Amino acid sequence: MATGIKDKVAIIGMGCTQFGERWDVGTPELLAEAFDEALHDAGIERGQIDAAWCGSALDSVNVGNSAIPASIALRLDGIPVSRMENMCATGTEVLRGAAYAVASGAVDIALAIGAEKLKDTGYGGLPTPYKGTLNDLWMPLVSAPAGFAQLAAGYGSKHRIPKELLKRAIAHVSWKSHQNGALSPKAHLRKPVTMEQILNAPMIAEPLGLFDCCGVSDGAAAAIVTTPEIARALGKKDLVTIKALQLSISSGVESTTRGWDGSYVPNTRAAAKRAYREAGITDPRRELSLMEVHDCFSITELVTMEDLFVSGDGLAVSEVLDGFFDRGGTGVPCQVDGGLKCFGHPIAASGLRMAYEIYSQLQGRAGARQLPNPSIGLTHNLGGVPYLGVAAVAILGLCR
Amino acid sequence: MAVEAGRDALRRQPRTDLNSLAFATGRPSFADLPGASIVAGALHLRPDIRILDIGRSQRAGVGGLLSMLHGASGAGLFVVSDNPAGKPASLQEMAYGAGAAAFTVGAGEVIAELLGSASLVSPFVDQFRANDSKYGYVWEERWVRDEGLAKIVPEAVRAALREAAVEAGAVRRFIFGSPLRDAAQFVARKCGVPADAVANPLDERCGYAGTAHSCLMLAHCLETAQPGDLLVVVGFGLGCDVLVLRATDAILAFKPRRGVSGALTDALEDDCYLRMLSFDSAIDLEWGMRAEKQVKTALTEQFRSSSQLATFSAGRCPRCGTVQFPQLVYCVNQECRAPSGDFGSTSLADEPAQLFTYTADWLSYYPSPPMYVGFVDFDIGARVLMEIVDVGTTGLEVGTPLKMAYRIKDVDHARGYPRYFWKATPVKLPG
Repeated sequence: MATGIKDKVAIIGMGCTQFGERWDVGTPELLAEAFDEALHDAGIERGQIDAAWCGSALDSVNVGNSAIPASIALRLDGIPVSRMENMCATGTEVLRGAAYAVASGAVDIALAIGAEKLKDTGYGGLPTPYKGTLNDLWMPLVSAPAGFAQLAAGYGSKHRIPKELLKRAIAHVSWKSHQNGALSPKAHLRKPVTMEQILNAPMIAEPLGLFDCCGVSDGAAAAIVTTPEIARALGKKDLVTIKALQLSISSGVESTTRGWDGSYVPNTRAAAKRAYREAGITDPRRELSLMEVHDCFSITELVTMEDLFVSGDGLAVSEVLDGFFDRGGTGVPCQVDGGLKCFGHPIAASGLRMAYEIYSQLQGRAGARQLPNPSIGLTHNLGGVPYLGVAAVAILGLCR
Repeated sequence: MAVEAGRDALRRQPRTDLNSLAFATGRPSFADLPGASIVAGALHLRPDIRILDIGRSQRAGVGGLLSMLHGASGAGLFVVSDNPAGKPASLQEMAYGAGAAAFTVGAGEVIAELLGSASLVSPFVDQFRANDSKYGYVWEERWVRDEGLAKIVPEAVRAALREAAVEAGAVRRFIFGSPLRDAAQFVARKCGVPADAVANPLDERCGYAGTAHSCLMLAHCLETAQPGDLLVVVGFGLGCDVLVLRATDAILAFKPRRGVSGALTDALEDDCYLRMLSFDSAIDLEWGMRAEKQVKTALTEQFRSSSQLATFSAGRCPRCGTVQFPQLVYCVNQECRAPSGDFGSTSLADEPAQLFTYTADWLSYYPSPPMYVGFVDFDIGARVLMEIVDVGTTGLEVGTPLKMAYRIKDVDHARGYPRYFWKATPVKLPG
């Protein structure tokens, strides 16, 4: 019986670039910015890294295929470097690769890094990816908002929620994140917005308006991991360890059969169950100190509250509107740093950017956003679309 | 359009009976690929069917039907489809429409029999379209009517009536599709055909559908024809073809599910001239960088998957019964996972379906924004993510009943290659 990696891997250093429209730099400079901060935070030299996992999702606007561009950018001489792409879960996937290498005993110290340069496309929003030669022949080539907007139809229909009420609830999701983002120096969007601005914004994909969509940014983030023993030998205190790292990928059931009712994301539920089991969490609503979830669109975050078993089915609308997930609310603060909503979503960096916030909060280094005494936090990514996707759940906590 | 007309014509007839298909059009999708083969594939006709493409002629429609009636051995299908283009601000632009009609031909219990026919060649050029030219060049209407139509058509009509051994006064429907308004009335008078026999020219709700137009009018007339009705059908262009048909007793049982009347009733009205120009590629709009995405078709993949895509064929797992599209290597059912070798073919094209989820996508490049997209749930169990078209202005709801339509999915403008697939459309169109 597998025992998982709970407390077998410690994070000893993290880095996160300024996110935003980084017209001034390319992907190599973004990688280096996150890498330098992580090395400095870990207090180690480049030569102490035994292996690296580098993520980039969209090679057409990034650095190209393979691990070579990242290895050159970071001058990682003669060590195994792997390139990872798994849609929006890429940032968590590189952490998983590095963590598994450490947990297996294959290496002592490993680097996980992800970068995405989205602002070299020449237009706003994400490029539409190719879906493969067969799918391109029949599958509608929809945008990301169109894929996620359908969750609103499925969710609203199942729980009989009036369109206006659902629109207001998802607007609150964005409003809360913008409030939080104003306190995040590295966020892309740092101005609070009003509910009226959100509700009256131009429509992108019904019912998602402009403010229901996350920003599109450049950015990179990195983590350096090792064993708790080596971390302590390096003099690290308040160790943050990985409690769980889990994924779930669509096998076609949601999109091909009538077994899915369209109101939730089965992969998030599957990944969350696996992660809670690995971490030994039985009551996430009470045990989690904070969450950084994949709020690519406001409806995604709302539904995710149920998919992570923090809200009961059909209850997220009222809990969101009651401020249960607001910073300073009565429940589990969500997107304390502003989330994808304010950081934007440089795809391969986002999972690590979320981990960076949890890590900073757990170590009491979150500045104006600092929560009182957090002990365990969750990150969640959802790549692709709700019905054809990649879900990742990571749980990080203080090592008692 | 050709596939949709063919589907309507074949609702009552087993498709495996057909051994020939002729497809006529003035606007072929390709310079060399047989359009009839594409139509046959989408209609799921026998792979050994004899096909023929008829085109490059104003007379492809009526002339093609006449050839099919004379030449078909056994049961055949004739489809004509056209979409003539009129230059912006021209009279043709105002008069032209688009349409397709399909007829099954053969012996046995036919709804109309060919009594006689006549053809005539003439050096009378009234309009022409140059090779590689999108628009035609048209001479003065009065000359066309007085020197051309009024002299050439009556001569051929008289010959056809003579062969059929019927009098002009007995004609019940005079069917002559012409871009000239009231030309049919004028010519009918010259032929001695009663004025009330002149068929509805469909110019109010459809417009002149080029080489398909007389056949479209014929299909419309057959919807209401009575046993014994005589129908004269005329096709014109450097001469003319004339058919004399008589409706049989079987016409009483003939009720097309949709027919020309149904298609006209289903109309979605749109008064946006700019949109019409755009649909007709008559204006070069700025579509943004998203439109730069390549939609090159892997012809190898297209061929490998053709048995599924052309007829929208789902598979049914023999082990668990799950109906699924596309058919991949293993059954999608989590409890089953059987290999898909013997999943068979279950076409979803005519299966009842409803909308499960949907959205209107304003971000993706789409020639008719917004792109409505959603999951379509079929009553037999399949679920497919599809484009939803002809939505109108009232939008969609979860549960909206849907039917399937064969459409252009993408056009690869760089290589000039359209690819086709099925889209869903509301069963009861709003308005």
